[in-house]
Amino acid sequence: MNKIEAIIKPFKLDDVKDALNNIGVNGMTINEVKGFGRQRGHKEMYRGAEYQIDFVPKIKIDVVVDSSQVNQVVETISRSANTGKIGDGKIFVLPVAEAIRIRTGERDENAI
Amino acid sequence: MKIFIISGLLVLISGVRTWAGDEAPTVLTNKEAIALVQTHADYVWTLVAAALVFFMQAGFAMVEAGFTRAKNAINIMMKNLMDFSMGSLAFFAVGFGLMFGVSKTGWFGTSGFFLSDFSPGGDPWVLAFWMFQVVFAATAATIVSGAMAERTKFVGYLLYSVCISALIYPVFGSWAWGSLYKGSGWLEGLGFIDFAGSTVVHSVGGWAALAGTIVLGPRLGKYTKDGKVKPILGHNMPLAALGVFILWLGWFGFNPGSTTAANKDIAMIFVNTNLAAAAGAVLAMFTSWTKFGKPEVGMSLNGGLAGLVAITSPCATVTPASAIVIGAAAGVIVVLSVLFFEKIRVDDPVGAISVHGVCGAWGTLAAGVFNIGGTSAKIIGVQLLGIGACFLWVFPMAFLLFKAIDITVGLRVSAEEELEGLDVVEHGGSAYPDFEVSHAGGMGAFGGNGLSNTEIAAEKMLRKPVEQT
Repeated sequence: MNKIEAIIKPFKLDDVKDALNNIGVNGMTINEVKGFGRQRGHKEMYRGAEYQIDFVPKIKIDVVVDSSQVNQVVETISRSANTGKIGDGKIFVLPVAEAIRIRTGERDENAI
Repeated sequence: MKIFIISGLLVLISGVRTWAGDEAPTVLTNKEAIALVQTHADYVWTLVAAALVFFMQAGFAMVEAGFTRAKNAINIMMKNLMDFSMGSLAFFAVGFGLMFGVSKTGWFGTSGFFLSDFSPGGDPWVLAFWMFQVVFAATAATIVSGAMAERTKFVGYLLYSVCISALIYPVFGSWAWGSLYKGSGWLEGLGFIDFAGSTVVHSVGGWAALAGTIVLGPRLGKYTKDGKVKPILGHNMPLAALGVFILWLGWFGFNPGSTTAANKDIAMIFVNTNLAAAAGAVLAMFTSWTKFGKPEVGMSLNGGLAGLVAITSPCATVTPASAIVIGAAAGVIVVLSVLFFEKIRVDDPVGAISVHGVCGAWGTLAAGVFNIGGTSAKIIGVQLLGIGACFLWVFPMAFLLFKAIDITVGLRVSAEEELEGLDVVEHGGSAYPDFEVSHAGGMGAFGGNGLSNTEIAAEKMLRKPVEQT
């Protein structure tokens, strides 16, 4: 099993969610996060004093899938989250040691 | 049907006439009745105006909450609540007597403490007048809470609040307004014009605020080591704007109500008040637009208030056209003043010193310059004298008071307490329990300029601003 962590632009969330649903991935967890890579922030102003906003709001999506699905999921997210502009985000693939469904106690493949 | 109604009315009227007194009306009783109606109208207008000015407390609370951080919102509410509540009691016990009591010297009153001028069954005008005056005293007191926000010990603040309502405000007030009741002031005797209190109320509050901010020092994280300003964002601009609108509304009681009489004079005062506020807001907006490249909401809101403060002294004695000029100038002055005080490391989260102190002085001067009956060196001189006398009384007294509080119970909270937020530290609660409002380093949502634990310890030891990265 692998966890796919995708950091994307917040307004792309619905597109990514729909695209993942279409390929059969029906569960995910999201976080509201802030970050920056090459996309720097911007300057704002309060009562005449300027300040720099470095961190940009993003959404982090976590999905755990069977190893055989990883490539398809990564490709789907990439396609649906892409805008072509700086700040589109990144995808990371991590191994998952175990998975358990809390309600039933099912493990691993039966749990995701 | 018509005949029925008309005869019914005739019966009613003659019935009322015979009920309304034993004798038929005479010229003399008519005159007394008319005077009584006027007196009743005076009461009604004065007390309605007092209620409007009371509502300004809500305005101040909202402005201060909006311009400061969420983790201190409860503390702001408590300070505002207590400014009015303790102020009312202090003004009842001591302040009113000092301000409006019989004054042999012309420097302070010596009668009327604990509202002794009123006895049940006696003339209640003193009650209406007191009610109108107490809301003014509370306005002066609450001006200071904004400037001293986010780092003042609650106990220390309470002590100050009692003293300004009991002593500092009423003594100066007696110089300018004592004769409105039983007193007499040396300043008003010279012809000092301050109709509704640009100096008596707003500059008193403003200079006390200046003293407080100097004794306190700036908030943690406000300045870098080389003195550069790091803005600490207010957490709710809509609340701040709501506060300004409420203050604007309340000012329609503050200025016209100062006639304490129901007559036609209130019309021009209403108009002057509104035009000055409008001009102040517009000019402040344009000033901020020119200086910063975008019209800025905080400055524009302060501009409206600046116009209101400035027109408070001249509101009854200038033309509407002059009111626009006075308000417009205040709008420009307040922006420059806010930037000035920030630059000299006087940290005033809401701009109270600039809005109330500086623009109060400007309005008082303007009352002399734009005086409807014409100006003169003497008139302007007396205005300047009043402005100076206010500063020389209020600032040193407030400074000594804050120093004394600092030495005894302490005026400022510790660095950890300030970073944690006063709501949880001083009041054991959170204004927004559903939200995470306390950020390490005390800077709003974005920006992440937190202080590390080492820096907090260093800050605490040295009581100097720590360099921000």
